[in-house]
Amino acid sequence: MSDVQDYNSSLSDAAQSRKYETFSYLPPLSVESARAQIQYIVDKGWNPGIEHTEPENAISNYWYMWKLPLFGETDVDAIMAEIEACHKAHPDNHVRLMGFDNFSQSAGTAMVVHRGKSV
Amino acid sequence: MAKQYDAGVKEYRETYWTPDYTVKDTDLLACFKITPQDGVPREEVAAAVAAESSTGTWTTVWTDLLTDLDYYKGRCYAIEDVPGDDTCFYAFVAYPIDLFEEGSVVNVLTSLVGNVFGFKALRALRLEDIRFPIAYVMTCNGPPQGIQVERDILNKYGRPLLGCTIKPKLGLSAKNYGRACYEGLRGGLDFTKDDENVNSQPFMRWRHRFDFVMEAIHKAEAETGERKGHYLNVTAPTADEMMRRAEYAKEIGAPIIMHDYLTGGLSANTQLAQWCQNNGMLLHIHRAMHAVLDRNPHHGIHFRVLTKVLRLSGGDHLHSGTVVGKLEGDRDATLGWIDIMRDSFIKEDRSRGIFFDQDWGSMPGVIPVASGGIHVWHMPALVSIFGDDSCLQFGGGTLGHPWGNAAGAAANRVAVEACVEARNMGVELEKEGKDILTKAAAHSPELKIAMETWKEIKFEFDTVDKIDVAHK
Repeated sequence: MSDVQDYNSSLSDAAQSRKYETFSYLPPLSVESARAQIQYIVDKGWNPGIEHTEPENAISNYWYMWKLPLFGETDVDAIMAEIEACHKAHPDNHVRLMGFDNFSQSAGTAMVVHRGKSV
Repeated sequence: MAKQYDAGVKEYRETYWTPDYTVKDTDLLACFKITPQDGVPREEVAAAVAAESSTGTWTTVWTDLLTDLDYYKGRCYAIEDVPGDDTCFYAFVAYPIDLFEEGSVVNVLTSLVGNVFGFKALRALRLEDIRFPIAYVMTCNGPPQGIQVERDILNKYGRPLLGCTIKPKLGLSAKNYGRACYEGLRGGLDFTKDDENVNSQPFMRWRHRFDFVMEAIHKAEAETGERKGHYLNVTAPTADEMMRRAEYAKEIGAPIIMHDYLTGGLSANTQLAQWCQNNGMLLHIHRAMHAVLDRNPHHGIHFRVLTKVLRLSGGDHLHSGTVVGKLEGDRDATLGWIDIMRDSFIKEDRSRGIFFDQDWGSMPGVIPVASGGIHVWHMPALVSIFGDDSCLQFGGGTLGHPWGNAAGAAANRVAVEACVEARNMGVELEKEGKDILTKAAAHSPELKIAMETWKEIKFEFDTVDKIDVAHK
C-alpha cells in the first residue's frame, strides 16, 4: 500500500479542493495559452465576456459582469487588456473569460484566467 | 367511374410499385435493405414490403373499396443496388403522413418494422434509415431539456462531460455503492452512472441507492464547488413503478435520471421524457438490446433509425459507441449518427450511411455518450471524434486506477482538459496525443500512473457492420 497515494481533497481545505470547471484541473493558464484561448473564441465567432466573483461564491450562476460582453471585439490585445483591468480591480477574485454563442444561446466556452484567493 | 370489386390475389407491384411517384415534403420516407428469396423479382418483393408495412394484405378485400387506397397506401418509388453486395438491394418507400398517429414513434415502428419483417418472400430485411418529415417531428415532444439547457443547468462549458459507470455491475450494497460514486465525483467527474442492469434487486433496493448516492453528490459538490449528478436508473417492471422512482429522484433533488428505452419500451420512455420536461429533470438513455436489432448487416433496424426514434421519443443523453473502445462501431457510421443526435439539419451522405436529408427544426439535440472499454490513452481520439457536446464515460478506466476512483477520475479530468486546451490552440489531437498527455502528466501523478497502467490495452477487431461500399 505504500505505493498508493492519497487523494488530497476536503471540505475544510478550499484552496486545495475547490474547482471552477474547464481548465481548473490544469496549472494556471500561461499568457501564451490564454491568448490562444481568446483567439479560439474569436475564431469561433463567439462574443467574449469577462466575469469575476469571490471564490467562495463561485457556485453561483451569476458572477459579476465586468462591464458588458465585448460584442464584436476580435482584437486579442484589447480582450486581454480588459481581463487584466478586471483582475487589477479585483485581485482576490476569480476572473473568467466567456465565449457567448448567440446561435446556441449558451456559452461556447468558459474558463478562469486569473484564480482568486480561496480562504 | 368507381372501381369494381375483383376478389383474388393480385401482384403487389400492380398497386405498390410506383417509380414515377414524386415524393411529398410531408411523406415519411424509409430505406429498406431487402434480401429476397431466390427467384422473386425485385419490384415485386419491394412492393410487398411497401404494402405489408402500410395498407396492404395478401389478398384483395371488398372493404378496400370503401376508402381511397391511392391516398393511404405506402409506395415503393425507387430501387437501388447495394454497393459490393449482390444478394440484396435498397428499396425506398414513401408513406403518407396520415398513416401515423401524431407524436407516436411507437405507431411508426409498429407499421414499418411490424409483420413485414417476418414476410416469407424475404430472406432478410433491414430498415436502414427513415426520413421523418418536419411536419411529423413537430408533433413529437423530443429531448426533455437538450444540450444547451443541460450545460446551463450544470454550468459546464467548452469541454466534453465526464462520467463513470459504477462497477461491479451487480452486487454492491447501497452504502458501498454511494462510496464508489462519491470517490469518482470528488476526483473531478461530472457524473457517475447506474449500470443498466441495476434496477432494484435484493442486494440493493432502489430507494436506498437513491438516498446514499444523493449524499455522495451533495458532499462532492460542497467539496469541489462544481455541480455533479448521478444517472439514477428508474427503469422498472411497470410504467407506474418507473414514475414512482422518478418522482422520488426529483423529491431528493437529483438533477438527472436514467432509462433503458428499448427494454423499458418506447411508450414508457416517451411518458418519462415528457415528465422530465415538465419537472426540469435531465434524462440519460441507455440502449440495452440495440445490438440485437442493429448489428446484423442484412436484418433488423440500423442504429441510425433507433437514434432518430430516441430523439423523437425523448432523451438528453444516448449511448453512441466509442469507435475506439471495446464495443462495435464503424467510425464513419458513428460520425453519421452522432450528427443525427445533435444537429438541426443533417444532409444525405451515403459515405456515412445517411440516406435522407433530416430536418429537426428547433427540436433539441441529444448528447452522445461514449462508453465501453475506454481509458486515458483514448482521450485525444475521443475529444477529436466527439467534440465538446459529448459525454465520455470511463468505467474500468476510472475505477481500475491503482490509487482508486478519485485518482482515476482526476486522471481523466486532467487528460480531457489538456486535450481541449491543446485543441483550442490548434494542435492536432490524434497526431500529438501522446505528447499532450505526457506533458499533462508532468503535473498530475494520477494521470502518470493511469498512463502506465493502461498503456498496452487496445481493442483492434474489425467491425461486423460496415458501411456498404464496393469492396470486391
